[in-house]
Amino acid sequence: MTGLAEIYVQQFKTTLASFAQYRAAIFIWMIGHVLEPLVFMIVWSAVTLSRGGLVGGFGAGDFAAYFLVLMLVNHATYTWIMYEFEYRVRHGDLSFLLLRPLHPIHTDIVDNLSSKMLTLPLILVSAAVLAVVFKPVFHFRLWAAAVFLPALGLAFLVRFLIEWTLALAAFWTTRVGAINQGYYVAVLFLSGQVAPLALLPGPVRAAASVLPFRWMISFPAELLLGRLTPAQAAAGLAIQAGWLVLALLLMKVVWRAGVRRFTAVGG
Amino acid sequence: MRALRLFWVFFRVGVLGELAYPANFFLQLFESLLDLGTALGGLAVVFAYTETLGGWRPDEVLALVGVFFLVGGVIRLIIQPSMESFIEAVGEGTLDFTLTKPADAQFLVSIQRVEIWRCTDIVLGAIVLGAALSRLGTRVGPGRAAVFAAALAAGLVIVYSFWLILATLSFWLVRVQNILVIFQSMYEAGRWPVGLYPRWMRFALRFLVPVAFATTVPAQALAGRLNASALCAEAALAVFLFGAARLFWKVGLRRYSGASA
Repeated sequence: MTGLAEIYVQQFKTTLASFAQYRAAIFIWMIGHVLEPLVFMIVWSAVTLSRGGLVGGFGAGDFAAYFLVLMLVNHATYTWIMYEFEYRVRHGDLSFLLLRPLHPIHTDIVDNLSSKMLTLPLILVSAAVLAVVFKPVFHFRLWAAAVFLPALGLAFLVRFLIEWTLALAAFWTTRVGAINQGYYVAVLFLSGQVAPLALLPGPVRAAASVLPFRWMISFPAELLLGRLTPAQAAAGLAIQAGWLVLALLLMKVVWRAGVRRFTAVGG
Repeated sequence: MRALRLFWVFFRVGVLGELAYPANFFLQLFESLLDLGTALGGLAVVFAYTETLGGWRPDEVLALVGVFFLVGGVIRLIIQPSMESFIEAVGEGTLDFTLTKPADAQFLVSIQRVEIWRCTDIVLGAIVLGAALSRLGTRVGPGRAAVFAAALAAGLVIVYSFWLILATLSFWLVRVQNILVIFQSMYEAGRWPVGLYPRWMRFALRFLVPVAFATTVPAQALAGRLNASALCAEAALAVFLFGAARLFWKVGLRRYSGASA
């Protein structure tokens, strides 16, 4: 276990240094991360204006708070592994990773975290600026804020494992674009990025609480905003833990089957 | 005339190249349908809670979505692939081959690659636009249609000129592809009426990254809310930006020294 920790630290140092060269590119990619929640925040506050105040229990300040926190949670948990893996399989780069005596998911986790180390100041500044402009209303509760970090950690792990497993589709097909886009549409609606899940129609809401998407993004945000009871929070954490176990098993099975299919020329 | 013929030739070559991969058509159609479904689903959620959005009725926002897909389709069909090929050619020095051809280089560069299956976005956008029009009913007469066509054409010229200016930067800078990503991210904001956004964002979407002129303004024309002075301003901006892009292109070209020469 200490061996793995050491590997993480070393890998972290190298990737941080190599990502630091591409600061500008990483920052530019972040524009979308800020713009998307910002657009929906503005759309929903326009809806509250035309409705004269409240929409399904949300006022303009509640929408601002919701989309601000959602932006932060989404940023903390997002991955780009699906694009990366497709490239690795197509170009045969995966061969090098397979030679290492370490599961490649570890370096991917470190890559993800170190890129976020670089973007964290920027996303926090964006959030602060947006908070000044859009005046969010928060109803923090101490216990909920305390549970937020574990919930965020679980959300990160569940999303990472699921997207990493989905990325393995590249072993079977070269046309992963369609799969990825289908996945993103599901994420968009079922993780509360178009609207808070409470505002979606009943069947969609029911689907969202069964599928993993809410537990990857929306749940920690709802928790931090004080929209859940302690019982709901405890149930949510349990569901997250359940998805974590399920995703871990799925990842192992699919990885084993995928590697068996993988052939690279040269190398 | 010659320009049209050349355009047709490049278009045909692009089509012939892609016809070898018919499965790509269905994949692209699938992706476009997903994208459209997302847009319509978003509208459905929002308009479940309100009758108007910043003064826009649902059918008018639907028309805006149609315009958004139409213009986005044109960008991805020819503008983006051609400009990306151009940037790559500057980096690798293969622009020499284009420059030696006996036709205007800017024109050749701008039509050099056509990704024909991207026409799915254009077709879907046109269908959505048609549906929105039929729901708006008789209120759209030939006069308003002409204003719409003029606004759309001017918007496309503005977007093309803006892309050309960004791509021309590659004569000086190395990683211009990243700058293009800024446009792609900002274009997403064009899904909704620009009037919704706060003033600083409206300014950015008009004059930093001119998304509004290609999406909101034509849709406004359809809704009959575009007055003559706004249309004239858009046309003037189109002419100005096109001229500026041409000038910038010439300056950049003078800097280009090629790889082999």
